[in-house]
Amino acid sequence: MKIAVCIKRVPDMDVKFKIAAGGSAVDETGLKYDMSDFDGYAAEAALQVNEKGGGGEVTAICLGPDSVGETLRKALSMGIDKAVHLKADAVPFDGYAIAQALAAELKGGNYDLILFGRMSIDSSNQSVGPMVAELLGLPCVTAASRLDVSAKTTGTAQRELEGASETVSFPLPAVVTIDEGVARPRYPSLKGIMAAKKKPLEVKPAQLGAVTVTVTTMELPPERNAGRIIGEGADAVPELVRLLQTEAKVL
Amino acid sequence: MTNFLAVAEARSGEIRKVSHEAVTAAKLLASATGGEVHALLVGAPGIAAKAAALGECGATKVFVIEHEAFALHNPEATSAAIAERVKAGGYRGVVLPASAHGKDLAPRVAARLGVGMAADVTTLAMEGAAIVATHPVNTGKVLAKISLTGNPAVVSVRPGAFTPVSAAATAAVETVAPAGDPAASRVKTTGVTTGNTAKLDLGEAPIIVTGGRGLKAAENFKLVEDLAEAFGNAAVGATRAVTDDGWRPHSDQIGQTGRLVSPDLYVAVGVSGAIQHLAGMRTSKTIVAINKDKEAPIFKVADYGIVGDAFEVVPKLTEAVRAARANR
Ligand SMILES: Cc1cc2nc3c(=O)[nH]c(=O)nc-3n(C[C@H](O)[C@H](O)[C@H](O)COP(=O)(O)OP(=O)(O)OC[C@H]3O[C@@H](n4cnc5c(N)ncnc54)[C@H](O)[C@@H]3O)c2cc1C
Ligand SMILES: Nc1ncnc2c1ncn2[C@@H]1O[C@H](COP(=O)(O)O)[C@@H](O)[C@H]1O
Repeated sequence: MKIAVCIKRVPDMDVKFKIAAGGSAVDETGLKYDMSDFDGYAAEAALQVNEKGGGGEVTAICLGPDSVGETLRKALSMGIDKAVHLKADAVPFDGYAIAQALAAELKGGNYDLILFGRMSIDSSNQSVGPMVAELLGLPCVTAASRLDVSAKTTGTAQRELEGASETVSFPLPAVVTIDEGVARPRYPSLKGIMAAKKKPLEVKPAQLGAVTVTVTTMELPPERNAGRIIGEGADAVPELVRLLQTEAKVL
Repeated sequence: MTNFLAVAEARSGEIRKVSHEAVTAAKLLASATGGEVHALLVGAPGIAAKAAALGECGATKVFVIEHEAFALHNPEATSAAIAERVKAGGYRGVVLPASAHGKDLAPRVAARLGVGMAADVTTLAMEGAAIVATHPVNTGKVLAKISLTGNPAVVSVRPGAFTPVSAAATAAVETVAPAGDPAASRVKTTGVTTGNTAKLDLGEAPIIVTGGRGLKAAENFKLVEDLAEAFGNAAVGATRAVTDDGWRPHSDQIGQTGRLVSPDLYVAVGVSGAIQHLAGMRTSKTIVAINKDKEAPIFKVADYGIVGDAFEVVPKLTEAVRAARANR
C-alpha cells in the first residue's frame, strides 16, 4: 500500500519546563527532542501494514524548522522509505493552519492510507488528522487502538470510549489517527541508520493556512503541595481516615 | 444577538453528563455577550424526550435530530449536522464536550466551518472580540492561554472542568430533519462493547481508586474494588502496566495515553507514579498513595502517603472507611 504518516517533532516531557522570556512559549534551552509518541506508533503501524500486506511504500511528512530533518532521518532509519520536510520557521499552535499545509502536500499523492498520531504530545490538540481528512474529503477514523486494513479496499478499527470501546468499518483510501495499542515503535537498527542516509528527504516550503488560534501566554500550573508521608503500614490508617474527614473533607 | 451552540452527547439512549458541562461552558460565553445558549442533540428515535432537561443548566432551546443511523456514533453525519446548525443559527461559537466522541467531532466541525479550534479547554471567557481559553499542553505540565479570533469559534471542554449549575428550567425542544441521509456515512460504527454499565464512569466519579502493578495479579484487584465500594461513590482505575498485562481493560487506564481525570480524591495503590501516569491525574484535588517503596515518585505528589504493603494496608483502610461512613 502507499501510506503516508505525519509526524511531529516534540520536546521530551520528562523535564520541568520553564517559560521563555516573553511569556508565550516554553524555554527551549536544554530540551531534547524526538518524534511525538503517538506518531511513533503511527510510523510503526504503517511499516507493519506493508510488512504483513506484501509491500508498498511509506512516506513520512513533518512540518517544522530545519531541526525536524533529524526526526525524519529517525523515521527513515526505522524503515520508512521516503521523507518530506515541509519547511516553516516555526510550527504554529493552530492545528488548522498546519492541516492546510499537510493537506496541500498529501493531495494528489494517491495514498491508500494516511496515518497520524491521535494527538501531538506537546500541543495536544487532537485535531490535525481529522482536519486533513475533511480538507481532502476522505473518510476518517480517530484514536484507533486496533487497525486492520488487510482487505486493502476496506478497513476496520477499534476505538476506546469512556468505559467502553467501539468497532468501526470504513472504505480506503482513508485517514486514521493512531492511539497506543496498535503497535509499539521499533528501535532503528544500525543497518537501518546506515540505510537512512541514502534515502530521499525532500525539503519544500510549507503552505501554512492563516492562523486564527494563538497562544497568548504560557504558565506553569500551580505547584502541588510537596508530598507528605503520614506513616507506615496499617498503623497509619486511622490518621489517614482522620485527614480525609477533617482536612480533605471527602469522607 | 450573539448566541452560542452547545453540542449534547447521547449514548445508549441517555444524555451524558458532559452535555450539561458543554451547555454550562457555552452559558459562560453567552452571559458575557448577553446572548442565549441553544443545544443540539443528535440521537436515535426517542432521544427528544430527554432533551428538555438541558434547560436546567441554561439552554433556552434544544434542536433535536433523530434517526436510526444516530443510534451509534456517526461522525460524518453528526459533524455535518453540527456545522449546518452553526451556519443556520449564526452562532458566535460552538462548544462540544472533549469526550471520546466530542474529540472526534470537534476538529471535523472546525474544518467544515473553515476555522481553527481550541481543544480540551479548562477555562473559557470572552475578552473583547476574542474568545480566550486555557488548554493544558506538554502532558499537563504547562498551561497555555489560547486566543481564538476565528468566527465562529469551535472549542471542546475538558470533562469535569465546568461544573453544571442547575436550576429548575426546561428548554424548548424543536425536532429538525437531518440534512442528508445519515445512513450514507462512509465510516460506520458496527458495534459497542461495554464493560460494566452499572459502574461509575472514571470521568464522573468524585473518587477514584487506582491499582498498579504492585497488586501483582488480576484477582487482587478485588482489594481496590472493595475499597471503591466502601467509599460508595468511587470508580476503579488502572495504570498502563496493568492494562498491558490485560488485568483491566484499556478503557480503565489513567494517564497520558488513557483518561485524564481530576476527582476530589485519588487513591493510588501499588502505583509507582511514572510521569505518563501523573499526566492523567495530577490535577486531582487530594491524592493518597499506598506504596511499599518510600522512594516511589508517587509520594512526591501525594497529599497523604502511607509507606506499606497494599495487602496489609488496603483491607484495613476499607474497613475504616466503611466504619466512618456508617457513623456519619
Ligand atoms: C509513551 C508512553 C505512554 C504511557 N502512558 C501511560 C498511561 O497513560 N498511563 C500509565 O499508567 N502509564 C503509562 N505509561 C507507562 C508508565 O511509564 C509506567 O510504566 C506505568 O505507569 C507503570 O505502572 P505501575 O505504576 O502500575 O507499575 P510499576 O512502575 O511497576 O510500579 C509498581 C509499584 O508498586 C509498588 N509495589 C509493589 N508491591 C507492592 C505492595 N505489595 N504494596 C504496595 N506497593 C507495592 C512498587 O514499589 C512500585 O512503585 C506510558 C509509557 C510510555 C512510554
Ligand atoms: N508539524 C507537524 N508535522 C507533521 N505532522 C504533524 C504536525 N503537527 C501535528 N501533526 C500530526 O497531527 C497529529 C495530531 O496533532 P495535534 O492535532 O497537534 O494533536 C500528530 O500526532 C501528527 O501526526
